[in-house]
Amino acid sequence: MIEAPDLSLAALTPLLFVFGAALVGVLVESFAPRHVRQPTQVALALVGTVGGFVSTLLIAGRSEVTAGGALAVDGAGLFLQATIAGLAALSILLFAERGLDPAKSAFVASAAVPAGSPRDRELLTDERVQTEVYPLATFAVGGMMLFVAANDLLVMFIALEVLSLPLYLICGLARRRRLLSQEAAVKYFLLGAFASAFFLYGLALVYGATGSIRLSEIRESVSTDGTGTLLVLGLGLLIVGLMFKASVAPFHTWTPDVYQGAPTPVTAFMAACTKVAAFGAILRLLYVAFGTADWTWRPLVYGIAIVSMVVGAVLGLTQTDVKRMLAYSSIAHAGFLLTGVIGLGGGTGSGLSATLFYLLAYGLTTIGAFAVVTLVRDGDGEATQLSQWAGLARRSPLTAGVMTFLLLALAGIPLTSGFTGKFAVFRAAIEVGAWPLAVGALVTSAIAGFFYLRLVVLMYFSAPAEDGPSVGVPGLPTTIVLAVTVAATLVLGVVPGSVLDLADRAATLVG
Amino acid sequence: MTLTNYLVLAAILFTIGAVGVLVRRNAIVVFMCIELMLNSVNLTLVTFARANGSVDGQVIAFFVMVVAAAEVVIGLAIIMSIYRTRRSASVDDANLLKY
Repeated sequence: MIEAPDLSLAALTPLLFVFGAALVGVLVESFAPRHVRQPTQVALALVGTVGGFVSTLLIAGRSEVTAGGALAVDGAGLFLQATIAGLAALSILLFAERGLDPAKSAFVASAAVPAGSPRDRELLTDERVQTEVYPLATFAVGGMMLFVAANDLLVMFIALEVLSLPLYLICGLARRRRLLSQEAAVKYFLLGAFASAFFLYGLALVYGATGSIRLSEIRESVSTDGTGTLLVLGLGLLIVGLMFKASVAPFHTWTPDVYQGAPTPVTAFMAACTKVAAFGAILRLLYVAFGTADWTWRPLVYGIAIVSMVVGAVLGLTQTDVKRMLAYSSIAHAGFLLTGVIGLGGGTGSGLSATLFYLLAYGLTTIGAFAVVTLVRDGDGEATQLSQWAGLARRSPLTAGVMTFLLLALAGIPLTSGFTGKFAVFRAAIEVGAWPLAVGALVTSAIAGFFYLRLVVLMYFSAPAEDGPSVGVPGLPTTIVLAVTVAATLVLGVVPGSVLDLADRAATLVG
Repeated sequence: MTLTNYLVLAAILFTIGAVGVLVRRNAIVVFMCIELMLNSVNLTLVTFARANGSVDGQVIAFFVMVVAAAEVVIGLAIIMSIYRTRRSASVDDANLLKY
């Protein structure tokens, strides 16, 4: 007789909402006639993500371990789930934008038609869209929300795959420049599968060393039996797998290629949501399972943080493509986030709340920045070459102004959310005595600031090219995204108090 | 025959897989090397389950197999779509994305 595990359905509502919407999406894809699919799928994906967001707010304050110990629903988990669901809803709006491109959508009409064939050219301006992207994205959102709540390494692995597998596919579904998009999908897939094999080997070694995969039992085993070679090796491999997803250097090689090749709305989704999810899992693993033995991971994370900041900032300088530049910016930001992880200080530091706030602020700003990238277009789709952005302020002062503001936020200029976030994580690192890391982070933010400002200077002080790109008039979805992200970036910079308090109160991890 | 032998065998298989991913050029072969890595993990898990006297490790191995099967579906679909355009599954030919 097998006993069913106790399930606290109330605590799982956000997950059930999102996965439910994704499953209904699959049914719609199979049974609804073609012309109603697009509006239905958009509505469903929005209902799922917004519903997930609202239900996390409704159950805020819960702190329990459920599903037979496999899931931890706690302050930090719910904060991250709300962040992921909210950012995902914004990304879905970007997915749904159809007014910008004469080709009607950022997504391919039929992914099975070979790129460049006569049929493919015919379909370029077709009304049809491969509407599978919406349920796939919703599944990815569900996986991410499961990832940050996983209290057990096996659930963490399953969630990792549930979030990755749909992402590999939707990376390859761009309508224009399909070869680049497919290449991005292949690279992301092969490297992603490679990294999850490392995660899995780490899981096996930790299981061998401690006899359990439950995070709380690993912690008990670590504090009673100490740490052996097997355990440290396993932890190292787990960290490699997670850092890959968080696009932290030196595990970042896929990031620029995939960010550039994927359809821009998908890039926005990955840059914001995947990062939140991966850091959620990193925090939970290091804090819940290995919080009492932080000497095992601290030197490793310390080194990786420095490498990531330096690689992101220095290589970002050499980029000539806006999307690649934002990809390197995301690598540098992953390094700054790791400063907050170091600030955990075995659970006593303010690193957890600082990292939560930083993830929210960075996610909102980065979605806004990629939304602006979708606006600047020439005859061949998006104009992502830096040189094409020269003199953009004269063509469209508003677009250039919005982009400038978002870039300043990414650079961490005061009165933007980027400053508040950076201040919080650096302070957390200094509080636990990691001031060399904070100094390094300051220096690299200055270097990174240079390439953001270079784009600003290019937009304002260069003469526009004769055949330069035009700035598309955003439809309702993109306008909403831009308004929300700019407003949030401003509010979190000027009056961050209430959200910082919220992050502080949410900064608990059970398990 | 001690259990350590199985662990060493699994580590060797994992290394062969990892090196294969790095040196082989055909996307399908790279993918097979990843599968080899996953299966070496399965061997490790089952060995540890035996050593610990619990079935957890064996159950995890089942999960890994299911995930690997799902990964095959996605992976072959992606490799197939790029092959139909380029008539090549070599990862060296996929070189449009760089500086």
